[in-house]
Order: sequence, then structure tokens, then C-alpha cells
Amino acid sequence: MSTATGRSETPAIAWSEDADVPEGRYLLDRAGLLGPLMLLPAIIYIIGLVGIPLVLAVLYSFSNATVGDQSINWVGLENFRTVVQNATFRMALKNTILFAFVSQIIVIILANILALVLSAEFRGKRLVRFLVMLPWTTPIALAVLGWFWMLDNVASPIDALMRMLHIIGPDTIFDPKARAPILDIPFGDRNVRWLSKPDLARLAVLTVHVWRTLPLATVILLAGMTAIPQDVKDAAEIDGASYWRQLIYVRLPLLAPIMAVAVLYGIVFTFTDFTVVYVLTRGGPVDSTQVLATWAYFKGIQGSSLAQGAAIALFLLPILVAAAIVMLRLARRSETA
Amino acid sequence: MTAIAEQQRVWQREERRAGWRRAGKRGLLYTVATLFALFAAIPFAWMVFTIFKQNTDLYNGKNNPFLYNDPPTLDNIRLLFNQTNYTTFVVNTIFVAALVVVITLIAAVPAAYALTRLTGRWGESLGIAIFLVYLVPPTLLFIPMTRIVAELGLKNSRWSMVVVYPTFTIPFCTWLLMGFFKSIPWDIEEQAMIDGYSRLGAIVRAVIPVSLPGILTVIAFSVAMTMHEFVYALAFVTSSSEKTVSIGVTTELIRGDVFFWQSLMAAAAIVAIPVALIYTLFLDRFIQGFTLGAVKG
Repeated sequence: MSTATGRSETPAIAWSEDADVPEGRYLLDRAGLLGPLMLLPAIIYIIGLVGIPLVLAVLYSFSNATVGDQSINWVGLENFRTVVQNATFRMALKNTILFAFVSQIIVIILANILALVLSAEFRGKRLVRFLVMLPWTTPIALAVLGWFWMLDNVASPIDALMRMLHIIGPDTIFDPKARAPILDIPFGDRNVRWLSKPDLARLAVLTVHVWRTLPLATVILLAGMTAIPQDVKDAAEIDGASYWRQLIYVRLPLLAPIMAVAVLYGIVFTFTDFTVVYVLTRGGPVDSTQVLATWAYFKGIQGSSLAQGAAIALFLLPILVAAAIVMLRLARRSETA
Repeated sequence: MTAIAEQQRVWQREERRAGWRRAGKRGLLYTVATLFALFAAIPFAWMVFTIFKQNTDLYNGKNNPFLYNDPPTLDNIRLLFNQTNYTTFVVNTIFVAALVVVITLIAAVPAAYALTRLTGRWGESLGIAIFLVYLVPPTLLFIPMTRIVAELGLKNSRWSMVVVYPTFTIPFCTWLLMGFFKSIPWDIEEQAMIDGYSRLGAIVRAVIPVSLPGILTVIAFSVAMTMHEFVYALAFVTSSSEKTVSIGVTTELIRGDVFFWQSLMAAAAIVAIPVALIYTLFLDRFIQGFTLGAVKG
């Protein structure tokens, strides 16, 4: 890779001695000037609309800004104190961590299986690939809307199926009169009402996160699998290693770095996600599925306390810094490799 | 003789066993593939199935919900286009996406070229830094961003999205394009410059044409990312004439307890499926960008 960068000043080309070249062209032909000039629009955009907001986000969280009065008066750690003492915030923090980490543990297991399936050749593979990618490729809000309808209080097809199989409904094995209800699930009811019970609503959010990030992890793993050199596989084959031994001792260790990448993106995307919870539950029932991003929105925009909203959102920062460090390490490794 | 016959029988048995094992493996493969496909696709299938249901069918609790008890109808799609703001949302989305594409190209193409060709060693590091900017989530920035949007006088206007969305499309697309430019041989520019073009001329006439696939990828992802974004749009825009599909459908078509489920599902499916198709077409490029070039697919 470094061959290209090493040559950046070298191309010794006849045009520099061409007397017809006007002055302006000379200037623009110099890499040292043209480079920064071409970078300028992107850099201005990033500093102006990512850098400044990031600084403002930190400043707001130490101020008493509201939607009405946006002047920044220093109040120290007061916002953080107020925020941390709030029970809903603690719930949001717990949920955010729970959703991100539990969903990614499940995702990495499923993604390994799915990537193994998709690396084999079979009929209808293109269709299967298109279908399993759908949760990632469709706009988030619209995809989650599908689940919102699937989990409807009255018309959920899951309930209908369970009723047909006599799992829910009166006189079934889960009739609450017959035995103590498990979790908070009144199976004796006509409907489960997935999004109206705290535990089930959390389970629903978790499921949607798994559903949505599984395709991403899978394609990342697939890319990693194709990169395993054929001679390594051949060597294992010749040594007479069984399929499972090859999987455990050859493939998985070689895939470990790329699995780390997949998990990292999964955690970043689920940890900072707003849309799934907003569309599915709006943080309900009674704030039981609230996450940092949604709670920041309800406090900061709808509740018009910009300062507290910013303080809540700032709790997203540590995970991102950690992710950035890991990414940089990986990048350095791939450069030296 | 008997020894040979015995041997043949052993071989046949082994072959049959291997055949069974192969068949078993195939069976397992298809079963697992089908299960994953179902898990992924059922919400969409249910979505599409609902679109064509009549109200009398949908709201009758005694009906089997997995059948069309009344004949399927297109009324719900008609309702969506004639009696809701859906067409406005679609037009706004196209408007925002088109302008975001233009801004992204203007900023990302030169930046990516400069980082791969003109800036030497630190180009690569700066490139990675720019990619990391893509990972800064809107959920962290939307609160100060609402203020900036207000200061710019764009509050409650679709222009707010035009201005803000490039903050995530530019970093990602610059990174993607860097990968493309790296794979283009230097000879192309050198030849063009020997032919008398300036460096800029060489870029425009020689480099851009061969990087069309990369530019196409950038267009596809800028459109897809515009469609996917949610929290900025929700925080910036409140009047329905300025809303895009993602927020319009989820805030306007869901009103309190009154749902037009079939029209709602139509609204989601009509946009979701084309976007998914475009995205899938370019998915491999997307992943190459994501793996930081650590994996060359």
C-alpha cells in the first residue's frame, strides 16, 4: 500500500518545463497546494458540523441551556448530578448496556452459523442472501414499523399462531388460574400484548436489535472467510483434520480479528440507536424500555432542557472512544500486515 | 472370489453411508438457510400481506388472520396516495437525497483523491480519522445540532436535512472512494499529464471516468443513508409539509390510537423494498469500507 504514497512527489513529467503553461496552472499542479485545496470542502464540513456540535454538546452539559434560553451559563456538574439521581436515567443506562451487549453476544453466534451457510453453494442462495440482508438494508424506521405491527396488542400474528396451537387463551396450559404466571406474562389472556409489559417489551427491543444487526455481522464475517488463504485450508485438510477440528482450530482463530470488527460495529450501532426504541415503544411502558438516546430526546427536545439532554447523550461518548481506539489498532495492524 | 465380493460389499456400504451423510448435510444446510431467511423476512411478508386486506377482514376477531377472508383490495394504497401526505414525504425524501448526493460528491471526491494521491504519508492516517467521524452518532449530536440548524434559519425546513446529512455521508464516502482511487494505477494520470493536461485536467478527464463505479457506489449510499436517518429529521422538522418518509410515516400516519394499518404498511413497503434492492447491489463495497481494507474480498 505504501508504494502509492511513497511516490506522491516523484512523477517527474515533462509538463513542468512546458513554457506555455500559464502561472495559475503551475500553482495548482503542485501537490502541496492542490492537496489541501481539494481537502478543504470536506474538512470545513466536518469541523463546522461535527466538530463544533461535539464541543457544544460538552458545553451544554455543563450549562443551564434550555430550548427557550440557549445562552451557556456554567453550572458545573449539576446536570450530571440531577441526571444520575433520576431513576429513569439509571433504567435507560442499564437498558442501553443490556440491549447492546446481549444482542451482540447473540448476533456473533448466529452470524457465525449464517456466514457458514452463505459460504456454501446451494440453489436459491442469491434469494436467501437478499432476504437475510433485508433487516439491515431497509430504512430502520420502516423496518421497525413491521415489527410494531407484528407485535400489535390486538392483531399480532404471533398471538394468533399461539392461540391456534393452544399456547395462549383460556383453558390452556398457561392459564393463570392453573399456575403462577412466568415473568410478567399473562398467558391466560386472549393476547400477550408484547409491547405493554416491561419484560416482554425489553425482549422485543432486544430481538429487533438482533434481527437488524445480524446481517451486518454476517457479511463482515463472510468477507473475512473469503480472505482465509486456500493453502491454510488445504493444509488442514491434508493433515486429516475433521470438519469440527478445522472449524475450531483453523477457521475460528483466523476469523477472530474480523469477528472483533463485527462485534464492535454491532455495539456502536445498538448502543447509540434511537429509532428501534422510539418506533417500537417510545420508551414505554412507563419508561421501562427507555435508552440513553431516547431519554436524551425526551428530556432535551420534548422536555426542552437542552442541558440535561446533552448530559444524558454524553454518556454515549465513552463507548465511542473505546471503539475508535480499537479501530485504530486494527487499522495499524492491517497496514503492517 | 468371496474376498473380492466381500470387499465390494464393504465399499458399497461405505459409499451409501457417505451418500447419506452428504444428503444429511444438504438437508441441514437448506433447513438452516430457510430458518434464517424466514426470521429475516417474516415482518416484511406480514407487512405486504396486510396491505391488501379489507377493513372488515382485518378488524374481525373471528377471522383467521393468515387468510384473505374478504377479497384483497387496492383501496388502502389509494387511500395512502389520495388522502395522506405520503406523496409529499416521498417528494421531500427525493429532494433531500438528491441534494445530499450533490454535496457529498463535491466534498468527498476531491478529498478522497487528495488523501490517496497528493498528501503522502499522513493521507492514510487522516483518511482513517475521517472515517472515525462517521462513527460519531447523530444521537450524540442532535441536541446542539438543533441549535445550529435554528441559527442557520433552517428550523422546520427540509433544507436542514440537506445541510446536516452530509456530516455522515462525506466521511463514509470519502473513505470508500479512497479505496477506489488506490486501485487506479498512476499511469493513467501520468499519461494524461504527458498528453498536456494539468493535474486537475488529468483528474477530470482520466481519473473520474475510470472511477465511475466508485462514484455510483457513493450515490447509492448517500441515498440509502438519507433514507435511514431518523433522529435528526425528528428533531429538526415538525410540520408535515417538510417531512421525509421515515419520520412522516411514523409520526403522521400513526395518530394516537387511530391506525390505518394497511396504508401504513404500504407506506413502509413501497419505500423500503427499492432501497433494500439498491443497498444489496452495493453491499460488498460497503463491507470493504467497513473492514478498513483489513479484508480484501
